[in-house]
Amino acid sequence: MALKFGIVVFPGSNCDHDSHYVAQSVLGQEARLIWHKESSLGDVDCVILPGGFSYGDYLRCGALARFSPIMKDVVRFANNGGTVFGICNGFQILVEAGLLPGVLLRNQSLKFVCKYVHLKVENASTVFTSQCKRGDVLEIPIAHGDGNYFADNETLKRLEDRNQIVFRYCDPLGRISDDANPNGSLGNIAGIVNEAGNVLGMMPHPERASDPALRHTDGRKLFDSVVESLVHQSQLA
Amino acid sequence: MTLRQSILDPQGKAVEHGVHSLGYGMVSNVRIGKYIELDVDVSTRQEAETITREVSQKLLANPVMEDFSFTIEEKS
Repeated sequence: MALKFGIVVFPGSNCDHDSHYVAQSVLGQEARLIWHKESSLGDVDCVILPGGFSYGDYLRCGALARFSPIMKDVVRFANNGGTVFGICNGFQILVEAGLLPGVLLRNQSLKFVCKYVHLKVENASTVFTSQCKRGDVLEIPIAHGDGNYFADNETLKRLEDRNQIVFRYCDPLGRISDDANPNGSLGNIAGIVNEAGNVLGMMPHPERASDPALRHTDGRKLFDSVVESLVHQSQLA
Repeated sequence: MTLRQSILDPQGKAVEHGVHSLGYGMVSNVRIGKYIELDVDVSTRQEAETITREVSQKLLANPVMEDFSFTIEEKS
């Protein structure tokens, strides 16, 4: 049974086809692009909010995408436990839509940063990381100008207490340091899940590190995790 | 709208360095923000304030990172 991925396309999305390609051609699952004007996601198992510059990043990154008609159904899907995977701009949209806590500020360097980084897997018991082990180091690229994660102390403590921090920027040996922090993110945070664990937002681009033709395949572990976890869940149901 | 005081404003810091380079050492705490103008078609100042505050809280500013303030001017 193939899993059904739905990739939402906003005006200004530019990683939508990459995500579609990974889901369909690399993973061998079903994948469908969903235009943001549609009011229903239809029959999907996992929604991807892809990277890009929705609405040209006007006002704030992700601030306007949350008013796209499809977002009502994305919120409904997420609140019913549906798997939602927000990558880069998708992460920014998820925080603006209130599906994840915190905010993504301008990079501390004020520069757009496009390079490979290392991520430490802090929580391997999510739908998105079940094929990883805690402490694994993944090499996945980032490409963003506004990826500096921030939350107030109370929110940060809650994220830590509930094990919602999934990835932190680290060096190749897994050490978390300021030198390994590409954008100034609080606590080197690169990706978080919501409390229920079904919504993930991350700044790095796993879809750009999935096809062996691109030589880096660590990102594929996250998509494989989603497939394994959801197929397993459906077999239990 | 400006970034909240608890949040580092790297643009403001860079501009502050520039101001100091010009010789104005007495200038500090430079914060860079956004300025938005809008018309509100209602009959009282109080309604205009309420609506402006709501729109600011719900969309124009993100309260997690930004503070905002506004002034109302009557249009003839």
